[in-house]
Amino acid sequence: MPSTVELTVARYRPEKESEPTFQTYEIPFRKDWVVLDALNHVKDSLDGSLSFRWSCRMGVCGSCGMKVNGTPKLTCATFLSDYLPGPVRVEALDYFPVVRDLVVDLTDFMRKLKQVKPWIIRKEEKPPGEGEYLQTPDQLDVYKQFSMCINCMLCYSACPIYGLEPSFIGPAAIALAQRYNMDSRDQGAAERLKILSEHDGIWQCTFVGECTKVCPKHVDPAAAIQQYKLTGATHWVKSLLLPWGAR
Amino acid sequence: MSAEPHYTLYHPRWYRRRVSVWWWLQNRSYTGFVLRELTSVFVAFFAVVYLWQLRALAQGPEAYGQFLARLKTPLLLALDTVAFLFVLFHAITWFNLAPKAMVVRLRGKRVPDWVIVGLNYAAWLVLSGAVAFVLLRG
Repeated sequence: MPSTVELTVARYRPEKESEPTFQTYEIPFRKDWVVLDALNHVKDSLDGSLSFRWSCRMGVCGSCGMKVNGTPKLTCATFLSDYLPGPVRVEALDYFPVVRDLVVDLTDFMRKLKQVKPWIIRKEEKPPGEGEYLQTPDQLDVYKQFSMCINCMLCYSACPIYGLEPSFIGPAAIALAQRYNMDSRDQGAAERLKILSEHDGIWQCTFVGECTKVCPKHVDPAAAIQQYKLTGATHWVKSLLLPWGAR
Repeated sequence: MSAEPHYTLYHPRWYRRRVSVWWWLQNRSYTGFVLRELTSVFVAFFAVVYLWQLRALAQGPEAYGQFLARLKTPLLLALDTVAFLFVLFHAITWFNLAPKAMVVRLRGKRVPDWVIVGLNYAAWLVLSGAVAFVLLRG
């Protein structure tokens, strides 16, 4: 076991640099340290000017997504020991504008997320007095996987289509739309169809499949998109054959 | 979505990296993906050869003999071999991806991925066997 490991971190200080540079720090190696611990060590003891986002440090909040040695990772769940002997290279997520160092701007995703209406839509809400909308475990099982998304943006950073076509709605937003479409309590699938089946929705996806590989919560956005392609295509055929009955 | 896509507002101090033309060489699965997309060219190639064969067949035995002779030239043999390998890659990668798009539920439980992949391969074998039977029977 080495006693130290090199951490190479992308720095971008807009007030003095026009593009990111790399800075290397020598940090103590501990086998129970994750990359986020190393970054916090840098921030606390070596260089207080380093900027990065984190919150829960237990894979729930989705704030600490960064590229580690080129692959999008949750840095709170990525052990330094898996990258020995180093150096460990940490960069901001791809395809999002870098605000500073490892901090990216997520406005684009937030806007798209809202467009797919990720909430339960009812044609008519029943009064609270009548009780909850009930669901069986089997009905929950249908969409549960897609509900595990923590909006960490690793899937966007792994998706070359999003990089090349920034208007693409993207993996997490489509998976979350599917999460509600497949919920037995929801009646809003028709409202989501428009945004999902248009040019910037599912049909931009050419099934690279990397979104699924990097997802730390096993959401499988690639599957959500392919399944929706089937739904979208079926709906299209129905609307051709039965123009009065498909809506 | 509206006809004009929305982009994140331009901010003079934010850094935006351009996607390199060589993005697909960055990791093996990107390269695999681009190769899989490229296989469509070879699938089209086989379709064109098949149309060419039908045309030769319609023109009579002499034209068909000429077509068969052309197929045996080294250039076409090499092209066919490359195309065959790509089409094989096309078939295998898509069969392996099938369970992502096809979720089959029986009595509320999801049918395991390997069953879906297995059924696809089985259908492929049965159809290939049927075609081989028809061709080799005589």
